[in-house]
Amino acid sequence: MTPAPIEAAIRFGYGPKPGESLPADAALWLRGQVERPDPLANGPGTTAVEGLEALHADILDRKRGLKPERVRRIYLAEARAVGDHLVDTAMPFRERLVWFWFNHFTVSLKRPFVAAVLGDYVRTAIRPHVTGRFEDMVLAVMRHPAMLMYLDNARSFGPDSIVGRRRHIGLNENLARECMELHTVTQAAGYTQADVTNFARILTGWSISPPLLLARGAPAFRFFAAAHEPGTPPLMGRRFPPGEAGGVAALRFLANHPSTYHSLAAKLATHFVADAPPPEAVARIEHVLATTRGDLKAVSLALVEAPGAPLAKLRTPMDYVVATTRALALPPGRRFPVLPAMAGLGEPLFAAPQPDGWPDTAAHWAAGEAMLRRVDWAYDVAARAGTHDPVAVADAVLGPLLSPATRNAVSRAGSRREALTLLFASPEFMRR
Amino acid sequence: MTGNPHAPNHLAPAGPGLRLTRRAALLGLGGAISLGRASLALAAAPTERRFVVILLRGALDGMAAVVPYGDASLATWRPGLLTGRPGQAGGPLDLGGFYGLHPALAGMHGLYAAGEFLPVHAIAGAWRVRSHFEAQDYLEMGDGEQRIDSGWLNRVAGAIPRPGRRDNAIAIAATPPLILRGKAPAASWLPENFRPPAALLYDEIAALNRHDPVTGPAFADGLRERGFIDMVQGGRHGRKRFAFPALARVAGRMLAAPEGPRLAAMEMFGWDTHVAQVPRLRYPLSALDHGLVALKAGLGAAWAHTAVLVVTEFGRTVRENGTGGTDHGTATVAFLAGGAVAGGRVRADWPGLAPGRLFENRDLAPTAELRALAKGVLAQHLGLDQAALLRIFPGSGGVAPMGGLIRTSA
Repeated sequence: MTPAPIEAAIRFGYGPKPGESLPADAALWLRGQVERPDPLANGPGTTAVEGLEALHADILDRKRGLKPERVRRIYLAEARAVGDHLVDTAMPFRERLVWFWFNHFTVSLKRPFVAAVLGDYVRTAIRPHVTGRFEDMVLAVMRHPAMLMYLDNARSFGPDSIVGRRRHIGLNENLARECMELHTVTQAAGYTQADVTNFARILTGWSISPPLLLARGAPAFRFFAAAHEPGTPPLMGRRFPPGEAGGVAALRFLANHPSTYHSLAAKLATHFVADAPPPEAVARIEHVLATTRGDLKAVSLALVEAPGAPLAKLRTPMDYVVATTRALALPPGRRFPVLPAMAGLGEPLFAAPQPDGWPDTAAHWAAGEAMLRRVDWAYDVAARAGTHDPVAVADAVLGPLLSPATRNAVSRAGSRREALTLLFASPEFMRR
Repeated sequence: MTGNPHAPNHLAPAGPGLRLTRRAALLGLGGAISLGRASLALAAAPTERRFVVILLRGALDGMAAVVPYGDASLATWRPGLLTGRPGQAGGPLDLGGFYGLHPALAGMHGLYAAGEFLPVHAIAGAWRVRSHFEAQDYLEMGDGEQRIDSGWLNRVAGAIPRPGRRDNAIAIAATPPLILRGKAPAASWLPENFRPPAALLYDEIAALNRHDPVTGPAFADGLRERGFIDMVQGGRHGRKRFAFPALARVAGRMLAAPEGPRLAAMEMFGWDTHVAQVPRLRYPLSALDHGLVALKAGLGAAWAHTAVLVVTEFGRTVRENGTGGTDHGTATVAFLAGGAVAGGRVRADWPGLAPGRLFENRDLAPTAELRALAKGVLAQHLGLDQAALLRIFPGSGGVAPMGGLIRTSA
């Protein structure tokens, strides 16, 4: 089933931008975004190594009583770039996929050190794999300092490892548990606490290069054999080689487990189809995952072809802020900061409270005060609109999905600002 | 009064003398400056003069704000919109036997009694469009026929530069509205984290979402939680939340500061009363009323040198419509307020409401033009000459500035 161009822009992107023409062939447009590489993947920006060096320099500054500034500056530049790209991207479907997967593999400023390497995390661990293999994304994520810091694996030591024995320190199960529960097989797979502990043992030594090694040109990720728990403890009934290779093999096993495929399919369908997606839609995506061994390009194409209706999903604050900013078509200089706006509406992109990321359903977001805040914000930003005709904006961003009631309210409003606020507060604009 | 207010000595060389001659021009003294006037002139030199424009976006029903209760035809057109006779509870506040102010405008009534408030009735812009968006553009650009890429208040700012201050104008808004956009630098200001309340807009938003199973209940809950009902009814809680008077007070303080701007633009929303006009108009009118009183309080002594012009893009139909409201019309009322204003009367060439007198058989007929009013204020209050006025309102050569708007003695 091929959606109409405007439906494609709303369901699979962040809504149309007035003044930009819609694609003539929606299927071709969506496929093109999946088949072409992400221009930002492995692109320029502060690297993980530079971020870690800035972090260490900040820590030294703090010890000296100076105000640490480096990481803050890095983060602000990255956040601004992320906000601009969300609004300006020519590949909104790919961008939606990027942030879906980022949310799946959430890292958060709730651990402030993460700020130093967040940009690199998205650029190198998420973006290159969005249409690659799921197992490769898992490996990239689990080796990235952002995740290793966020879920504490950088300080997990094998109790019987050289370092563990010498310093009497041991496991931190945090990353192992969340990787199984949230990122891959989920509790539906029926694993036990022993599996979690053993997986934590398998992942010991997966850590970050210390400043001295970074200065000598070492990569950010480092496997410390001296911190690795010896042996081959069983994970869900299987044994993996000792050393770093064991972690890699275990992650590939978890990433391609049928239970992982099922949970990913359900999550993707919930994001792109409906809060309670039809079982057929989930089954279809699950089938693609299983038959392609987790090929996310094939999965993305299957999402486009899966049956689905426009406006079935409530926009999250992130979607809402980006869609509204695009609808206003403001030049970057006159735009409000996008990420702070998301935070103001309840979804600070890089500050999810928990490792399970932000929820994706109306039940969570359609709360009274939350909806009013959207309107307050929309009313505020609508004041920045130029002298466009609000009815033309409404037609451009919703096309045939614009209801007569909303169109009428917009055309009759007492000012451009009120007209645009009504558009942004309408039930159809609240959805995608 | 002697001489011509637009005497050429207005363009005397810069320096202390300039202010004297400008003031002299303002006073209509021409070249006849006496030393005896000097101190007075210095105390109220042009840079002491403040000018504020308040835009009412959405089209204020002029006949609800200033009710021509003395016109016998009024009750036949809009029986459901009248709130009683003067002297009755809920009736208009009398303005001298023919007009009365809406009962929510008690503060303005006090200013009127003090001679500081001048309603100008049956006035309209040069345009005859009934689209809010187009008409607001014209209102702000200062033309009725063609689009200009700047606002007229910006051009006023360009005409009265302040030595030592980059921007002489400020918009009390997140970004300058069109009236202040243009070449002359203009600041804009809103308190940090300030959330302008959408006020009655919420009512419409709730209605749009009412039948939606997800957003409908959410909006209903949210509005209930915020005590929105109080706000709509103009209760104590609601009034506190409505920010216009608070903003107006701060704007007054900014304008009062010796180094502060001398020009300001403010805007208010919520005037488009197609439905249930009587309850829905009470609230914005009350906010405007409190706002003018707060502006005066914020200005303090500088109020004596201030003129505030309150304008809307067009008026509303004389007839009440089928939903207890009014639709887009033509002539309406404008207000001039301030210590510098020659108020205490209603200025109008009343066209009458008898059948056959209405514009296009639906609207109050315009007998005055907004540019004439604005040009009159600019000439008499800010001392701008004919050439400057033509730069500010291009093509308005045939529109004579209204006279007698500003007091000639302070």
